[in-house]
Amino acid sequence: MSELRTVPERIAGPATFLDDRLGAGGFARRNLRKIFPDHWSFLLGEIALYSFVILLLTGTFLTFWFKPSMGEIVYNGTYAPLKGVAMSEAYASTLDISFEVRGGLLIRQIHHWSALVFIGGMMAHALRVFFTGAYRKPRELNWIIGVVILSVALFEGLTGYSLPDDLLSGAGLRVTQGVVIGLPVVGTYLNFFLFGSEYPGEDVISRFYSIHILLLPGLILALVTAHLILMWVQKHTQFPGKGRTNRNVVGAPFYPAFMAKSGAFFLFTFAVIAGLGTFAQINPVWLYGPYTPADISAGSQPDFYLAFLEGALRIMPAWEVNLFGTSQAGTVPLSVVIPALVPLGIIVVGMALYPFLERWITGDHREHHLADRPRDNPHRTSIGMAAIAFYGVLWLFGGNDIISANFRVSLYTTTWAGRILVFVAPALAYAVTYRICLGLQRSDVAVLTHGVESGVIKRMPDGRYVEVHSRPAEDIEAHLRGREPVPVLPYDEAVPPRGLRGPIGRLRLRMSRAYGGEKVPIANGGPHGEDGQAALPDALPDTLSDGQNRALTR
Amino acid sequence: MTDNEHETGRPEGWPEGRPRPDRRTPARVLGTPLTDAPSTGAPWSGASSGAASARPDAADEEPDLPAVPGVLGVVPQDERTARRAERVAALCFLLAFAALVAFLVTYVRLQVGGLSATGSSHVALGGTLTLALLALASGIVIWVRQIMPKYELVQRRHPMASPEEVRAEVAATFVRGAAESGIVRHRLLRRTLLLAAAPLGLAPLVLLRDLDTTGAPAAQLHRKLRHTVWGERTEDGKPLRLVVEGTGQPIRAADFNSPGGILSVVPQGYEHDLNVLAKATVILIKFRPEELKPGTDPNWTHDGIVAYSKICTHVGCPAALYEQTTHHILCPCHQSTFDAADGARVVFGPAARPLPQLPVGVDEEGYLVALGDFAAPVGPSYWERGDAEARARENGGHL
Repeated sequence: MSELRTVPERIAGPATFLDDRLGAGGFARRNLRKIFPDHWSFLLGEIALYSFVILLLTGTFLTFWFKPSMGEIVYNGTYAPLKGVAMSEAYASTLDISFEVRGGLLIRQIHHWSALVFIGGMMAHALRVFFTGAYRKPRELNWIIGVVILSVALFEGLTGYSLPDDLLSGAGLRVTQGVVIGLPVVGTYLNFFLFGSEYPGEDVISRFYSIHILLLPGLILALVTAHLILMWVQKHTQFPGKGRTNRNVVGAPFYPAFMAKSGAFFLFTFAVIAGLGTFAQINPVWLYGPYTPADISAGSQPDFYLAFLEGALRIMPAWEVNLFGTSQAGTVPLSVVIPALVPLGIIVVGMALYPFLERWITGDHREHHLADRPRDNPHRTSIGMAAIAFYGVLWLFGGNDIISANFRVSLYTTTWAGRILVFVAPALAYAVTYRICLGLQRSDVAVLTHGVESGVIKRMPDGRYVEVHSRPAEDIEAHLRGREPVPVLPYDEAVPPRGLRGPIGRLRLRMSRAYGGEKVPIANGGPHGEDGQAALPDALPDTLSDGQNRALTR
Repeated sequence: MTDNEHETGRPEGWPEGRPRPDRRTPARVLGTPLTDAPSTGAPWSGASSGAASARPDAADEEPDLPAVPGVLGVVPQDERTARRAERVAALCFLLAFAALVAFLVTYVRLQVGGLSATGSSHVALGGTLTLALLALASGIVIWVRQIMPKYELVQRRHPMASPEEVRAEVAATFVRGAAESGIVRHRLLRRTLLLAAAPLGLAPLVLLRDLDTTGAPAAQLHRKLRHTVWGERTEDGKPLRLVVEGTGQPIRAADFNSPGGILSVVPQGYEHDLNVLAKATVILIKFRPEELKPGTDPNWTHDGIVAYSKICTHVGCPAALYEQTTHHILCPCHQSTFDAADGARVVFGPAARPLPQLPVGVDEEGYLVALGDFAAPVGPSYWERGDAEARARENGGHL
């Protein structure tokens, strides 16, 4: 085993060549040993990134054989049940990819699975960032880039789903058309601009194709690059812990450890998706048959990421208005427009604005590099859980027919349950999450002030029995002490500052007081009174009031 | 891209557990114990190769940071662990190699075509690929975790904002440049430039106008949505026959005589025109005359045979499911339910309007024909639709 003492000639040569021309040495010097903090939840975004890479690779493969044409041909391939059937070239070429190209079916299924993992990974990553407050200053811009990527990816998925032109994908396209044409004022125009004529026309597949393989992936690629550059420049957040502060970053260096780990993680992601693509059948288009607008199969469902829109369409009551009566204008099909725009709008706009709303309410303009634990900011976590419940109910009732069929419940009952739950579940989630967060904070405080139950029972001189509590491990203690109270706007009962006097200012102040503040002070001990029997050997309270980095001036 | 990065482990050769007498030693770091507690874990070995690689970076631009209490630095792996891990990792890599060779062999040997042949090729290719990727990933992870040192290094963060003097300098440069360019002083230049640039943004939008290939004036587009081919006549001036979807068979009214029967029907001559089918597909239901309720126009039925548009008025899916006992038509997409015996009025679900009824009758040979177009536009609602049903009633049943 010989150790490397100097850079080998094979590497030094090209490196010198490059540095002579680019002056890249300074960059390499600063960045080769860049530190990346470690936590399992930081890998969620990487899953999304790697499945996007897999999407680009497999998608390129598929374009070599796919023919984005709605021209009608008669199928004459090897899949016997469809021989002699008239179908579009798009559908026929999808069948060819599946049956005539070696590995074609595998790549097609990997492509579809990685699309699901891509969007699922982004959702999980976004939730991690939200619940840990990692979107706070200075990372608001990167958060918004992420929200845009997620939204664009939904359309990317929709356009890809429609390409094979089988009966299922056509049903999805038909629903899309029904939504587009229903949009007030512009709906009819959009319909004709998108489809070239009345639905379905002859153009939509080739248009979706160029959107799906060029326009949107290019946009996503550019945004992902920006996302990574910003992450690199601003450095990753870390959880509080021993030696971890708002001014440093603790972890493994990019070269060699993080680099190798990331490479391995890419391979793991690829392996899981390849396994799914091999053994878990997805979108067997040959079973559905070619698209015709006259037919549909029961139980038609979109991919999971659009199911919340589907659910919203399903549980919406019938509601349509004609603003100008019988004249030929003014029809607004609210039973289409509301479910198509409102849930998506609430989620996307809500996500994009949240960092700024939170900053406005808390008055917190500091930089944050230490991630919160979800319990640290109970209202934020509750809002996030309420949003998950809202999304989750819509998602679930995107399959209201499946639920009814499997559980033998009347379809109307199921639908009504959805209509009620979409309001009740978020409220319930909010309340429950809030209590759980406070409970967790109390249990943290109990560990800090009370110690960890050791299981050793001791008899005191006066005859009492107490359980000996021991001091928590250093790293755990440091982690727990990382919680800082959510800032509150500075206020003065007698003379409120000028900005807080009007109705909006007063509302802001009330929201700030409700949202922020220390719900369970670390210093004041646990919820139940200690009678001293478990006091820790060295007094802790003086280590707690260290305020230099903590709260705003009150 | 990023500026001054510093990285420190515990400083070389400095005694364990004692703060370095450095002028940059900060006040106690938040979240750490008061005293510099002895670090847990393996002691840091100053002479290890890992530490050697950590040093040069730190020495570059600023004096290195003080050791952060509780941070391990670079802890080399135990030699024996590393040697054992090397063997396991090598095994993983060999497995990956074997799986990839098997992948190549499979590609060449297993041909596709037909369900079973494609199936075995698919499973063999996918299985070997999955195995190879898994083995490769596992090997690398073992390498990182058991051969590379354990890292816990520290790098300083800097505030994102630039220092005030830099900002001031940039601001001054900006003002100077603007003044030099003359864009502020020369008003005519500025205004005509803005004037010229404004239409540049419009040009690409205008170019998109022909995405609509109908060639119709934009204001007339919605008129196309109001009509279906059922209002047209054959070349010899006869009304269009109703034919069974799929087979293209015309339907003799006398043959379609079992109550409760249902057919999916399309206009004769347009059986394969998807653009026509998207609007003109119809469901045909046979009722006993006493079952029909006032919502259904009796003049538009023939001997208890009623025809409704199959295109759901919600978002346009084919409302393809029919329940004989309740006469309910159900759209499988969003479960809008219509009462077929009562003018296909909405019973439940998100659809707001009934399925339009098609006037049917028979021709001289007894085949079912359409007597005219639907009285209201079929399918999903659109802005220019208006209350077409009320309009039709005012006009005596016509559009």
